[in-house]
Amino acid sequence: MRSARKKNMKAYTQTSDGFYGRFGGAYIPELLYNNVEELRKNYKRIIASAEFQKQLKSLLKDYVGRPTPLYFSAALSEKYKARIYLKREDLNHTGAHKINNALGQALLAKMMGKHKIVAETGAGQHGVATATACTLLGLSCVVFMGETDIARQAPNVARMKMLGAAVIPSVSGTKTLKDATNDAIRYWINHAADTHYIIGSVVGPHPYPDMVTHFQSVISKEIKRQLLKQTGEAEPDYVIACVGGGSNAAGAFYHFLKSEKTKLIGAEAAGKGIDSHETAATLTIGSVGIIHGSKTYLMQNKDGQITEPYSISAGLDYPGIGPLHAHLHETKQASYFAITDHEALDAAKELIKLDGIIPALESAHAFAVLPKMKFKPDDIVVINLSGRGDKDMETYLKQL
Amino acid sequence: MNTLKKNILSNHHNNLSVFFTAGFPTIDSTTDILGILNNTAVDFIEIGIPFSDPLADGPVIQHSSTIALQNGMTLELLFSQLRAVKDKIRKPYLLMGYLNSLLAMGIETFYRNCDESGVHHIIIPDLPIKEYLKEHKPFAAKSGVSPIFLITPSTSEKRIREIDGISKAFIYLVSGNTTTGNQSEMQTEAIQRITAMNLKNPVIIGFGIKHRVDYMQACTLADGAIIGSAFIDIIAQSNNLQDDILQFINQIKNI
Repeated sequence: MRSARKKNMKAYTQTSDGFYGRFGGAYIPELLYNNVEELRKNYKRIIASAEFQKQLKSLLKDYVGRPTPLYFSAALSEKYKARIYLKREDLNHTGAHKINNALGQALLAKMMGKHKIVAETGAGQHGVATATACTLLGLSCVVFMGETDIARQAPNVARMKMLGAAVIPSVSGTKTLKDATNDAIRYWINHAADTHYIIGSVVGPHPYPDMVTHFQSVISKEIKRQLLKQTGEAEPDYVIACVGGGSNAAGAFYHFLKSEKTKLIGAEAAGKGIDSHETAATLTIGSVGIIHGSKTYLMQNKDGQITEPYSISAGLDYPGIGPLHAHLHETKQASYFAITDHEALDAAKELIKLDGIIPALESAHAFAVLPKMKFKPDDIVVINLSGRGDKDMETYLKQL
Repeated sequence: MNTLKKNILSNHHNNLSVFFTAGFPTIDSTTDILGILNNTAVDFIEIGIPFSDPLADGPVIQHSSTIALQNGMTLELLFSQLRAVKDKIRKPYLLMGYLNSLLAMGIETFYRNCDESGVHHIIIPDLPIKEYLKEHKPFAAKSGVSPIFLITPSTSEKRIREIDGISKAFIYLVSGNTTTGNQSEMQTEAIQRITAMNLKNPVIIGFGIKHRVDYMQACTLADGAIIGSAFIDIIAQSNNLQDDILQFINQIKNI
């Protein structure tokens, strides 16, 4: 695996068409062409501008609370016989890494002269982050959310509404995240002139995967700096992160993609098991196709109809995966484990008991990788604790 | 072979096409509706391949797709339905669907099936031109199939010229920047800018065309119109497809 990574060291680099290897691209109807082109032509220039960087940096520091701590867990280190560090994205404002992207894109939208934002949300975390960013920057906000998800995520629906967002139920298809994404894209088609679409993960047509990765890469940038200060080494032996669409993992991996030392590990949701038909383990059981404008692995039947994923964690049940991860998986530059609901719950229980941290169910999947690994005592392991568990209390109370 | 081109080019104005989703409202409706349309004044017919996630479509076509999939409609079944009736249908018919359905079947198999089922044109809204030329064209050409591309009132002249250069039947002009079936004003000036470009292909307007008035306006501005959502509404509400479809077409055509 090591030598494969060396040979492919720069293989993750995106082409100008937005391809990572054979994954990515922009498979969009002509109706979206101008919207996406406008974004593609402007995002790099605006993001690179001094004014944008100054404003985002200040917001991330003073409003979001970055840098988030890199915490050495003595208890987990002792148990798993390695040096285990937690990147505390759960301590961000709004409780997860989602705000890094939402704020970045909202600021970008404003500088592009858009005054309206549309977004999709599954569990509601990205919806809350987007509604928050919009309130802060004075943009109006429309969030599509599957009717089924609205019913099971009432607290986040209430938060979005308190923050002034219009929450529109998606009643198409299976009435969950993928349908909310379809509806957000349709809304964008129908309101192109004044609206920017803030997608919540490293998915969708180019340039979204690249742009969202960029905004989340602050995670690995900080890890590198903090690790150097705390251990004298900038590169860990392992980075572990959960993967739905894959934005927190993309952010946590980004500055280690060229490292020959760091092994990258993603944890996707196996749900009730990869053979159970109730799973969201896209890379494990999926096949290559097109979803939301991107060529990647997805869960589909033999006729190419996209199927409904399942996971105990609402943030991981996306039937596709970001094209960067599809590429890293195919070229073996990262390894992906399928973690069941049970394994995730056990890992959450352990983290609560040992470290006094209640993780999001999504993040618990990353911790469930630990018992599957054989570390050397000197290994430095960074786990991205992508979000906090407040939203999952109902599930925890039922299950733990 | 290319009867669509012949029909459209010989007629060139006031073309009327309707769109319906295969397998809606029942799994056998595809060939029933095709048979009925064959004896009406429509010039050509578009058959939708139902897909779970139709990004470019509004609620009416989405719903028809959902029902068709629940009915068990598949692309393979659609091809076998078409093969069974292709010799009886004189009107040209084409397929409209999303790229993932083609990829699942395999590109080469898809185009071969098209040829064997009497399909010589396809509309795949999420197939990028570049990818068509690189990966599809060899197979499409071998099977005598050519694609029809969408443009919108805001598509650049350069892009329209490129599309005109590789199109072999007509160019599908979306009436506004909107999903299917959406009520929006036809962008008259922008459409006139496009038709004034002296393109080698006829321009047919679709999306949001519902009544005779819309159809007439599209015929004045361009070479004809495609009716989708409004036609599916008729099918969805009908107790007598034969009478209702005939009446709908005759009313649009003022026969």
